[in-house]
Amino acid sequence: MLAGVVGLQFVQTVAALYLPRLFANIIDKGVAKGNNRYVWTTGSVMLVIALVQVVFAIGAVYYGSRAAMGFGRDVRGALFHQVGAFSAREVGELGAPSLITRITNDVQQVQMLVLMTCTLLVAAPITAVGGIIMALRVDTGLSSILLVSIPALAIGIGIVISRMVPQFRLMQDRIDAVNRVLREQITGMRVVRAFVREPHETRRFAKVNQDVTETSLRAGRLMAFFFPIVIMVLNVSSAAVLWFGGSRVDKGTLTVGSMIAFLSYLSQILISVMQATFMAVMIPRAAVCAERIQEVLDTVPSVTTATNPVRELVCRSSLELRAASFQYPGAETAVLEGITVRCHAGETTAIIGSTGSGKTTLLGLIPRLFDVTDGAVLMNDVDIREVDPDVLRARIGLVPQKPYLFSGTVATNLRYGKPDATDDELWEALTVAQAADFVRALPDQLDSTILQGGSNVSGGQRQRLAIARALVRRPEIYLFDDSFSALDLVTDANLRAALKPYTANAAVLIVAQRISTIRTAEQILVLEDGRTVGLGTHEELLRDCPTYGEIAASQATESTAA
Amino acid sequence: MSTTPKAPKAQESYRPPSSELRGGPASGRMPGGFGMPAEKSKDFKSSARRLVQRLRPERLLVLTVLGFGVISVVCGVIGPKILGHATDIIFRGVRSKQGVDFAALRRTIAQAVVLFVASSVLAYLQSFLLAGAVQRTMRKMRSDVEDKLNRLPLPYVDRQPRGDLLSRVTNDIDNIAQSLQQTLSQLLISIMTLVGVVIMMVIISPLLALVAIITVPLSIFIMRGIAARSRERFKAQWKHTGMLNAQVEEAFTGHAIVKAFGRHAEVEERFRQKNEELYEASFWAQFISGIIQPSMMFLGNLNYVAIAVIGGLRVAAGAISLGDVQAFISYSRQFTQPLTQVASMMNVLQSGIASAERVFHLLDAEDQTTEEHALTSDEPHGRVEFSNVSFAYNPDRPLIQDLSLVAQPGQTIAIVGPTGAGKTTLVNLIMRFYEVDAGTITLDGVDIATLPRAALRSNVGMVLQDTWLFKGTIRQNIAYGNLDATDEQIKAAAKATYVDRFVHSLPDGYDTIIDDEGGTISAGEKQLLTIARAFLSDPAMLILDEATSSVDTRTEILIRRAMTALRSERTSFVIAHRLSTIRDADLILVMEAGQIVEQGNHDQLLAADGAYATLYNAQFTNASASDE
Repeated sequence: MLAGVVGLQFVQTVAALYLPRLFANIIDKGVAKGNNRYVWTTGSVMLVIALVQVVFAIGAVYYGSRAAMGFGRDVRGALFHQVGAFSAREVGELGAPSLITRITNDVQQVQMLVLMTCTLLVAAPITAVGGIIMALRVDTGLSSILLVSIPALAIGIGIVISRMVPQFRLMQDRIDAVNRVLREQITGMRVVRAFVREPHETRRFAKVNQDVTETSLRAGRLMAFFFPIVIMVLNVSSAAVLWFGGSRVDKGTLTVGSMIAFLSYLSQILISVMQATFMAVMIPRAAVCAERIQEVLDTVPSVTTATNPVRELVCRSSLELRAASFQYPGAETAVLEGITVRCHAGETTAIIGSTGSGKTTLLGLIPRLFDVTDGAVLMNDVDIREVDPDVLRARIGLVPQKPYLFSGTVATNLRYGKPDATDDELWEALTVAQAADFVRALPDQLDSTILQGGSNVSGGQRQRLAIARALVRRPEIYLFDDSFSALDLVTDANLRAALKPYTANAAVLIVAQRISTIRTAEQILVLEDGRTVGLGTHEELLRDCPTYGEIAASQATESTAA
Repeated sequence: MSTTPKAPKAQESYRPPSSELRGGPASGRMPGGFGMPAEKSKDFKSSARRLVQRLRPERLLVLTVLGFGVISVVCGVIGPKILGHATDIIFRGVRSKQGVDFAALRRTIAQAVVLFVASSVLAYLQSFLLAGAVQRTMRKMRSDVEDKLNRLPLPYVDRQPRGDLLSRVTNDIDNIAQSLQQTLSQLLISIMTLVGVVIMMVIISPLLALVAIITVPLSIFIMRGIAARSRERFKAQWKHTGMLNAQVEEAFTGHAIVKAFGRHAEVEERFRQKNEELYEASFWAQFISGIIQPSMMFLGNLNYVAIAVIGGLRVAAGAISLGDVQAFISYSRQFTQPLTQVASMMNVLQSGIASAERVFHLLDAEDQTTEEHALTSDEPHGRVEFSNVSFAYNPDRPLIQDLSLVAQPGQTIAIVGPTGAGKTTLVNLIMRFYEVDAGTITLDGVDIATLPRAALRSNVGMVLQDTWLFKGTIRQNIAYGNLDATDEQIKAAAKATYVDRFVHSLPDGYDTIIDDEGGTISAGEKQLLTIARAFLSDPAMLILDEATSSVDTRTEILIRRAMTALRSERTSFVIAHRLSTIRDADLILVMEAGQIVEQGNHDQLLAADGAYATLYNAQFTNASASDE
């Protein structure tokens, strides 16, 4: 397709360059010799050539747009597929926001460059080279004007642009600074007012405002050079053509028509030089984007499906972590190290520890959001890395720490884990999750709209819906990652009471902050800096595990109150 | 995406999804203008007039700029005509076989060069000066908006989605700056050039001018046709881009859920479809808008051919000179180009005016009321009394009705109750973020509505659940509580509130740069910093919203201790989330649906066995269950 674009562009450029030649003929052979018929016939030929040119130019735009947009589509598709194969580890390393920027903004940038290349960048050198050839054919000596004009234009624009680029970059930073201060003022409006810091904020803003004004002014003043330079070079060169051309016409080595044609070539060449210089600025920016895209495509997913995966698992799952470790590549310390624990159906295993102790990562090992970097996770004594991920995950109900809902309705969200669930099943799960009351109060109940991320329901409601979503699946293993924190006290207690019978036959893993939430668990795993520092029941740990004792003591007011 | 604190009234309510979908200019907009679906302004004329009025302080400069522009265009337009003379001199020399009159030729060319150079220099000066005028105007507009932010009443701010306000003060202002800069300099030049060129063309040859001008309606017709079609296509492209981006955002942000629930194949299939749709939409958008350039070129060439043929015949007939035809060709080139520019500028202008309209709308919002009296109590004791206070965010749904309470100096008043009961509202009223509908709140016997807000607020320290830090060092963030604080005072406040301990573990200590999203310090540590800030401000009264749900328990203990240190000897209002923390409060208010349903101290309320006892027991169900 690209070759086609180049071919089309070639024809349309040659056609555009041929027109001045024909005009020269009109003057030299028609006007100068008083041959009106010649003027008419050549005029018709010019008309045909103009038509050919527009057809080919539109053809070039057509295939250029197809090629560029198709390129964008393919890159997006490849990126999306690649990210889909990533585990939570790669997503965490590259960062979800950054991945989103790459697949949207970066691809867009590269795609625009491809489009510009197809429409302008391909045509510019052809025009420049073709124009120079035509100019040389007219008069080699006169063409030496180009030796001055082209470099003058390229260097002039080049200097302006190269000085402008850092200003623009700086300007972006400064606009960001202005926007940051304004954002801070809006999000912190209550604090600013509570501390009566309005004058202080105004001073702070005045500074960034002044900065951005100065930089914009510098950039604007540089930009002011741009068009005058182009026009001046073009016009002065034209004058030079007449100056030097005059004597050549006088000597009879050049016709007047050719001289006028030369003027046209000159402007065609200089405009294409300007376009090419301008385009050259886009390339480094798009190159950065291309690199960022390539980085994603080059990242190897760490969780892969085994070649002959186990597709069936005996029911009544038991789960075992055997010396399981997880470490980010290149990281100094492991997130998890040598964790060994067995979880049985019908029992609750609680995991407690301070922030950063590896609790969430541990839960992530079970549905293979991460793969262990050492040791193993086993389900019914089968290493889960041997199991078909879909079979494995079908048995797991995960409620993440930050409950994330998808755009759609309450029902589509609840059916996320079980597309064929009946309304009754949904209501049952909602009842257990203490969400039935508020869903019933919504205008369309189960069919009420949920915005992306669940941003139109409160944090507590989101959390309860996320719990219900996991419950609908009726999985054999429940993973609750600090899932009750946004609930008020009464709701929290009711939910946990309702949950008990519902999950009676399943293995439940709960990450929690509060001892009161987990003291009834069959076993409690105490984590500190990714290592097990205690494993046992509440009473055993109180006796044997100093870390657990500390946590308990820090919540002493609550424990003794019971 | 939901890190920004929400409006208090929106916390426990379902919002119908209409208001969220609207935003400022799309962030992915192209600077060139054609790509953006031009947002229509409601009242183009008056907004445009206001925008122009903002340039008034620069009017002398703008007039100078206009003058330069006119002279530059005149020089630029006369230049080709003079070059045409030069051609005539050559042509005459050749035809008459007498040789070219070089003296006349050089003189003519020198004249043309002088005109061209003058035109370029003036054009440069024009843009140079204009940049100053535009940037200064934008600086003023930005500072006006910032100023406005400080005067907006909070109800106004809370009523609209925060993203919307943000978009107004950031995207919209950027957009105005861009379109002002682009249109003011180029639109003027383009229009003036157009006029100048037409005049010159008519002077040279009315017949050829007619030919050239006929292409104007033709090109406007073509441009309009293509632009209308491409606008539709661009709309489709942006719509599909938006949909695809939303899908990507969802799939990547919810990556773990998609995986854990085994929905990957389906998500990818949906993406494939959307991607294909976007491809089709953006292909058509780019193709149709891409046709404009070749079409205009074709029209230019038609013009060229017509001038070549008709001009050639007229020269042969001796009606005009060859040089005039040559000048004409260069005019017709100068003629089609600004035409295309004016058309695309109109789009930029449209979206700039639409942005300006939104900013003006913000600037027009009513300021918060100013106080008539300037009573200041010099040494506040901190006695706060609510008498028969009523308040509603929405007149149809009264929230607080006829509420009375007294807080004696130094007392701790705890407020408990379910979400939505009106706890945060009390804070809003005490701080006068919102004004009471009826009744009065007094501080040391003075109605706070008569106090200047600044005087009232400087007596109150506030620690909110939504920690707010600005980008700056830890030291600067603490010092926000008292800008005149010495280093020792800052350190002392940090020590008293357990900030000092973790600051020491940071590589740059107090000079560590943090911001609101920053990952360098944890949520709990952020909370400690805001407590240190309040501590440093040393207020007579305190308002503490002590939510610690996302904080690990050992940090929480520190926060609680820091808050206790802060509370001593100060009248404090504590919004309690864990009942265990407020057992020693002097007065506990149990709120439900805007009413105080119970009040008393911990033991009294437990003995009363009412709402408080229910709440209290609920919190420990699990714990008591284990005792069975």
